[in-house]
Amino acid sequence: MTRRAALALALGCLLLGPAPADEIHASQRLSGYDMMGAEAQAMQRDDFANPAMLAVKEGEGLWNAVPGQGRPSCQSCHGNAAASMKGVAARYPAREASTGRVLDLPGQIQTCQSERQGIAPAARESAALLALEAFLAMQSRGAPLASPRARGLDDAVSRGEALYRQRFGQLDLSCAQCHSQNWGRSLGGTRIPQAHPTGYPLFRMEWQAIGSLQRRFRNCMTGIRAEPFPPGAAEWIDLEIYLKERAAGMAMDAPAVRP
Amino acid sequence: MATAMILLPRTVIRAGDVVMLKAMISHPMETGFRRTETGGEIPRNIIRQFSCRYMGELVFSCDFHPAIAANPFLSFPVIAARTGPLEFVWRGDNGFLHREQAMLQVAAS
Repeated sequence: MTRRAALALALGCLLLGPAPADEIHASQRLSGYDMMGAEAQAMQRDDFANPAMLAVKEGEGLWNAVPGQGRPSCQSCHGNAAASMKGVAARYPAREASTGRVLDLPGQIQTCQSERQGIAPAARESAALLALEAFLAMQSRGAPLASPRARGLDDAVSRGEALYRQRFGQLDLSCAQCHSQNWGRSLGGTRIPQAHPTGYPLFRMEWQAIGSLQRRFRNCMTGIRAEPFPPGAAEWIDLEIYLKERAAGMAMDAPAVRP
Repeated sequence: MATAMILLPRTVIRAGDVVMLKAMISHPMETGFRRTETGGEIPRNIIRQFSCRYMGELVFSCDFHPAIAANPFLSFPVIAARTGPLEFVWRGDNGFLHREQAMLQVAAS
């Protein structure tokens, strides 16, 4: 290596900063599916035993439903979801070209509802929004999660990583302390997963219901006795973007089952 | 409104075959024993009874109780006789009623 190249490399390292020591190597990444028990895996593999498929079926109905006279259904703009929505959920959150806003998938559905369909958007965590999310996620099953950096969301990735490493709440814990530094170990009766959001929205047996990634975030926040951000907050979306950068390339298994 | 899924065997069925039917329905199965954060009772909301009729004849029924998980999944055998309609009915608290129909195709042997 020439002296100049070495200098450039050193400078590059200085600018980028060292990779955090707890970063999980790509070869060591495990999804929630990989880390759960055989019974739960079998339940997810069988589309008929997976309760999240009920939401997919409901979502398909909503996709085709005309919300009112003279108002378009999802299908009338987007056509057949199996073709037009293939891989789309794997590319969210995304920046809306016309306004520059960054929207996650439920936020995009809500925007379509209010701006294109002219109806009141479904509330976050409502059955209707989860059903549409599940139906869209289903169209991306098996697709690799796209890197948010590659679609110009570098700022959000950095903000999300800062949140991931920030300690919160009375227990004063960061996401990284559990999910990067102690994954695979026990927390109560459960194994700590690596926090790769490959399967959302998913049916969690603990919830006895299908829920979104933000519900999972809220669970973690209340678990460490911190006050969660409000539903749809920009912080949640930044965190989702960072987690998807961290999980980029992993295959989506939505709508998943988790214990 | 509930969503239900019915699964019939995908293989060719002949008269006399024992076939497994599967039925799943979206339902919260709220036990009635839980309370809200402020201590208020969450009223019970469960499915009470399920029945399946094959060509009008009752072939399977069962009662549900509060300890059954959300989105109850049932799998039960029937003996195929000839091609005919299957009717699945779930009844529950608060006047809950959901019907699904399917056609059991029996091949001529």
